[in-house]
Amino acid sequence: MNGALDSKIPSGPLEKKWEKHKAESKLVNPANKRKFDVIVVGSGLAGASAAATLGELGYYIKCFCFQDSPRRAHSIAAQGGINAAKNYQNDGDSVYRLFYDTIKGGDFRSREANVYRLAEVSALIIDQCVAQGVPFAREYGGLLANRSFGGAQVSRTFYARGQTGQQLLLGAYQALSKQIAAGSVKMFPRTEMLDLVIVDGHAKGIVVRDLISGEISSHAGDAVILGTGGYGNVFYLSTNARGCNVTATYRAYKRGAFFANPCYTQIHPTCIPVSGSYQSKLTLMSESLRNDGRVWVPLKKGDTRSPQQIPEGDRDYYLERKYPSYGNLAPRDIASRSAKGACDEGRGGGPGGLGVYLDFADAIKRLGEKTIRERYGNLFDMYHNITGDDAYHTPMRIYPAVHYTMGGLWVDYNLMSNVPGLHVLGEANFSDHGANRLGASALMQGLADGYFVIPYTLGNYLATQMGKKVSVDRPEFKATEEEVRTRVKGLLSIKGKRTVTSFHRELGLLVWEKCGMARSKEGLEEALQKIPALRQEFWQNVNVLGDGQELNQSLEFAGRVADFLEFAELMCLDALERNESCGGHFRVEYQTADGEALRNDDEFCHVSAWEYNGSRKPPVMYKEPLLFENVRLAQRSYK
Amino acid sequence: MNFKLKVWRQSSRNGKGEFNDYEATDIPKEASFLEMLDIVNEALELRNEEPIAFDSDCREGICGMCSLVINGIAHGPGKATTTCQVYMRRFNDGSTIWIEPFRAAAFPIIKDLTVDRSALDRIIQAGGFITARTGSAPDANSLPIGKAEADLSMEAAACIGCGACVAACPNSSAMLFVAAKVSHLGILPQGQPERRRRVLNMVREMDESGFGNCRNHYECEAVCPAEISASFIARLNRDYAMAAAEEAAAL
Repeated sequence: MNGALDSKIPSGPLEKKWEKHKAESKLVNPANKRKFDVIVVGSGLAGASAAATLGELGYYIKCFCFQDSPRRAHSIAAQGGINAAKNYQNDGDSVYRLFYDTIKGGDFRSREANVYRLAEVSALIIDQCVAQGVPFAREYGGLLANRSFGGAQVSRTFYARGQTGQQLLLGAYQALSKQIAAGSVKMFPRTEMLDLVIVDGHAKGIVVRDLISGEISSHAGDAVILGTGGYGNVFYLSTNARGCNVTATYRAYKRGAFFANPCYTQIHPTCIPVSGSYQSKLTLMSESLRNDGRVWVPLKKGDTRSPQQIPEGDRDYYLERKYPSYGNLAPRDIASRSAKGACDEGRGGGPGGLGVYLDFADAIKRLGEKTIRERYGNLFDMYHNITGDDAYHTPMRIYPAVHYTMGGLWVDYNLMSNVPGLHVLGEANFSDHGANRLGASALMQGLADGYFVIPYTLGNYLATQMGKKVSVDRPEFKATEEEVRTRVKGLLSIKGKRTVTSFHRELGLLVWEKCGMARSKEGLEEALQKIPALRQEFWQNVNVLGDGQELNQSLEFAGRVADFLEFAELMCLDALERNESCGGHFRVEYQTADGEALRNDDEFCHVSAWEYNGSRKPPVMYKEPLLFENVRLAQRSYK
Repeated sequence: MNFKLKVWRQSSRNGKGEFNDYEATDIPKEASFLEMLDIVNEALELRNEEPIAFDSDCREGICGMCSLVINGIAHGPGKATTTCQVYMRRFNDGSTIWIEPFRAAAFPIIKDLTVDRSALDRIIQAGGFITARTGSAPDANSLPIGKAEADLSMEAAACIGCGACVAACPNSSAMLFVAAKVSHLGILPQGQPERRRRVLNMVREMDESGFGNCRNHYECEAVCPAEISASFIARLNRDYAMAAAEEAAAL
């Protein structure tokens, strides 16, 4: 099945590929568009922008989300900003430079053509969002303002205070709402996708559970689009929302879609440290803070003085020391690993020594407290509310936390998976960020996929599907529905002694320790022993109360945790097989003399795409070689 | 820390609800309010009692999914905060805490503390948008917008759509919610072409959904997690009066 991984990258020079592909893509005429039903799962930046745009084009869309409103999707929590190669600052930015920064930031493990296209359409996103009324920050002259972000030496990040994700999502949600009112989109909130339905090898529908009535039903469509986000909650504690889960993409994987690079997870360097086992989530402090904040730890081990009492001479501004050209704006994976390194040496601050300082004293001296308040006021307030500390007067204490997952379902240049008809957008796919995502690039990718890629590429599939509509009466739907019912009943009938949360917490801790910031062969092998045992115990000893015919939040969580318990194994297996370090995947066996990630381009310059092979046999891995025709593979240096 | 909880339990939309008593024991003072409820729920499950249903998602105060009226205040004690950002160190050890759902005719209860706020989505669908077909936008800097206008628009746009304004209002009015969207879009030059239709359609949908009218109690502003100013309601009233007069004159 090696031919299955045809990435369908157009021929020709890099900067002409997308133009050429659009010109050669098949069109669906307006009269036929309304004959096509398209299912969109997820209503975040990717899902909502796709549903709204495809609805505008005349397709008939059904959009599903598990939250009570499409506006709740977790894209809303993104704080810092969105990148675009507008070069409004005249500081030397260009499409090529954004492309190159993203490829390099991803440690040369993403596809050139996809990343170039992303950089190319980035400028259109800003135009689109401004037209929708997104209130981006502006200068006194009325022009759009920009700031810098990690991994870049130009100012190309657009922002709306510390609530950029919120404002972009509301823009997409409002466009979606307009289409709902116009009747081209039907919205199904509080409805969770529990399986994908395959008919004659094509994705033709989904099985969902109405979270209020508990009813399980099927929906048929001519194509299925997943914009269901990432799997960071496999670690239990992450910056993701409580509801974020892997179920939609994992179920698609079990129906034949390949899962690519599941071991690429991003640990964000600036989060509020863990304070106890009761904790339900970790809170991110935007990376934009590193524009003005300086990161440091005490120079000496075991220095227990409070940060204000430690004089300049006894401080180690380790990012500025190790990476003088990028300093505090080193990419996320590097900043996280450096923080861990400093704490492992016993130089961390605060309880348990698991924290580094993010200090604004210099910036306040230089710019005044008012300016800092204007730039980051809501973040300082949030920090104060959670920790009780005032960061205007004492440095913030931060520590890395799981934030984003670069891995996801494998897709080709059309954003279609290897299962015909199944398209995957945003964080749910794997294609653009390689082994590490740069800050302010997730919003860019979600909206690029939804507004500017899928509306062009979906036609390539749909044009082949005229007259091939299927209905939910097909036996494939009945069979899948029955499997879902059996699974739900199974969860409710165990009536064991442990809560769903206790299993999730145990799994999370295990993968954080063995497959988190530093991974080793021994650790991963140990995790691969322990995960199946924990899964077995889950299916024998979990206690899910209530029944399936009503709102039952324990049941919802149980289904998601059950999938995490399977997915975690795939993630660890992928991490074990990738015998190199790259981006967020750091194998302790593979590092340079000064502790940087050591890639192995000869053997691992490929995408690892995993095919499900039944519950008794290990998955099969296929390799998509990554060909770099326009950039030279180099050791990433931010020094 | 230990607390006595009085929690509203209701099996379904039409079920009869009542307050039940629960003990919350050994709660760390660093825990958030919802983490306290998580701890209570895990203890309930271990005793084979059904956990308390409540909504939450991002748990960082931005998604607007969490609700709850805590000791009579929507989103509980503290200024400009959501329930998920309330921390237990705010409460006295040993105190009794009353926990209820957001109550309003337009927000039917689904179960226990979860309510149906889809009426807010319907208001946005009625007109809370700027029509900008994807791909048709001019260059973003071709339309300079003064910083003051942009900042004011952002202040209104910060609304998280939680519905606390409705829960706090004696008339269950959604005027602050509607005013925020009407102002966010109406302040910007891009929002002008649809300004009149927008305000008329949104206010009509609000009335039809069963929200009450504004009587200037300012309870909405007091509980708003995004600190949306009630002065936006004045702007909404002005816009509505102008639009209604224009509509009447055109007849």
